[in-house]
Amino acid sequence: MIRDTLTGSRIRERRVIAGLKQADLARQIGISASYLNLIEHNRRRIGGKLLLNIAHVLGVEPSALTEGAEAALIASLREAANDVGKGVAEVERVEEFAGRFPGWAEVLAGAHRRVLSLERTVETLSDRLTHDPQLATSMHEVLSTAAAIRSTASILADDTNISPDWQARFHANIDQDSRRLADSAKALVTYLDANTEETGNASPQEEVDAFLDAQGHGFDGLEAGTQTVDAVLAGAPQLASVAAQHLARQVLGQIEADARAVSRDALAEALTETGMDPVALAQRFGVSVARILRRLAAQPDTQRGLVVSDRAGSLVFRRPVEGFSIPRFGACCPLWPLFQVLMHPGQVLRERVQQQGRRVATFDCFAVAEPVGPAQYNAPQLVHATMLILPVTAPDQSQPPGRPVGSTCRVCPREACAGRREPSILSVGF
Amino acid sequence: MDKHVLLVEDEVNIIEAMSFLLKREGWKVDTHSDGATAVSAIRDARPDLVVLDYMLPGKSGIAILTELRALPDFAALPVLMLTARGQLRDREEAERAGVNRFMTKPFSNTEVLNAVRDLVRV
Repeated sequence: MIRDTLTGSRIRERRVIAGLKQADLARQIGISASYLNLIEHNRRRIGGKLLLNIAHVLGVEPSALTEGAEAALIASLREAANDVGKGVAEVERVEEFAGRFPGWAEVLAGAHRRVLSLERTVETLSDRLTHDPQLATSMHEVLSTAAAIRSTASILADDTNISPDWQARFHANIDQDSRRLADSAKALVTYLDANTEETGNASPQEEVDAFLDAQGHGFDGLEAGTQTVDAVLAGAPQLASVAAQHLARQVLGQIEADARAVSRDALAEALTETGMDPVALAQRFGVSVARILRRLAAQPDTQRGLVVSDRAGSLVFRRPVEGFSIPRFGACCPLWPLFQVLMHPGQVLRERVQQQGRRVATFDCFAVAEPVGPAQYNAPQLVHATMLILPVTAPDQSQPPGRPVGSTCRVCPREACAGRREPSILSVGF
Repeated sequence: MDKHVLLVEDEVNIIEAMSFLLKREGWKVDTHSDGATAVSAIRDARPDLVVLDYMLPGKSGIAILTELRALPDFAALPVLMLTARGQLRDREEAERAGVNRFMTKPFSNTEVLNAVRDLVRV
């Protein structure tokens, strides 16, 4: 039905493009001009030989008259109607609407597609929203404009008795808001691009992460004792904020102290004897397991990740490793071994995990939680949990595959998870 | 007599669309766009329902609602809040301030009309 309905409009369009009068085309295909007129106005079904003849005279493939953008248009209009909760009867009239007002149908479908696109953008950026007031204001502008378009477009779609004056007014509003939406979206993208180019960082912790990444997490001067923390910081202009400098000083101080306690060379030698056994290494060097985990991650030319969390679950250090996704914003997967050891400080957990996502990857993790900070009377003991992440490139298929974990709920495909805090955006179209 | 709604919103085209919708439903609709003078506008208009934007020039929707709830005559006035901010804490903040219904943009007309009908039984 829909195909027939819209085929008429397409025949008319193609005939005009070909410079043929209705009477000329009718004569060439052997029907009356009045019958062709009915076809072109979508009041008569068409198919079979007559369709082939028309296509031949117009010099187009028959499919060009029966298929094309209409199917997508109708699908978009149906989606728009469904999204605003229209009843079945009105959804069925979508074909009539598209056939009689193809131009306005395109406007409505375009506005709906834009709203959907913006909704997806909103979901993707929602984590960041809480960190960036300027972004929050921009998104408010975009969403308010989208709301105006959606509301106005729905009125036009719903109310078939709307007066011409109101129709014209609402069409003008949609046009105005569409332009505004385009400008707002463009400004938003420009802002995000600029922000990424300048620093890409929304918080001091991100500044530090970017600094460490840029250095490849390697500080040969600190390792060899030939450079001080102050000297490293003096050569790091990208640490713009005072807070970031403070955090970086703590991290670099830790690296310096770790290197003094367990040198690279000594660790490399010990590894040849003990293998990847953090507990044995800690005993051998007389240091904490957490320090060994940090030193193992800092070994040059290795693919090892490390994350450190405080008791509240905030990541205070992250060294990424390929394949293991560590969320930049928002909370991590609560199933990581990192968080399990927070309950049992001193216990060393060794576990194989499989991180779920677009690509499933396997890792061996070592985790331990240890007290930090000076001892105090009647004060809460501060604890940091540390987790070393070792990629397993060729898992032994005879062994269990590893406990499934995620990155963060927002992008985790495991729907039936007891630890889920919020729905995954993967389930709504990503 | 028609029920009376005051629409406190600064987006001109949202005002136009919602006014059309509500009038079509038989409501008497007044509008106001300035947050700073919204409370006095509500006091003067004494509507049956307020549709209130979260983010307004001059004063936020939350501040307006808080002031309104402190006035005995308006403590129970139904308020539907529209917002682009859908975070749980924003919703909780609005609930603490005394909102009756909280709706995030972009909303559907059906949602708005259903909420309005629920809040003021017509």
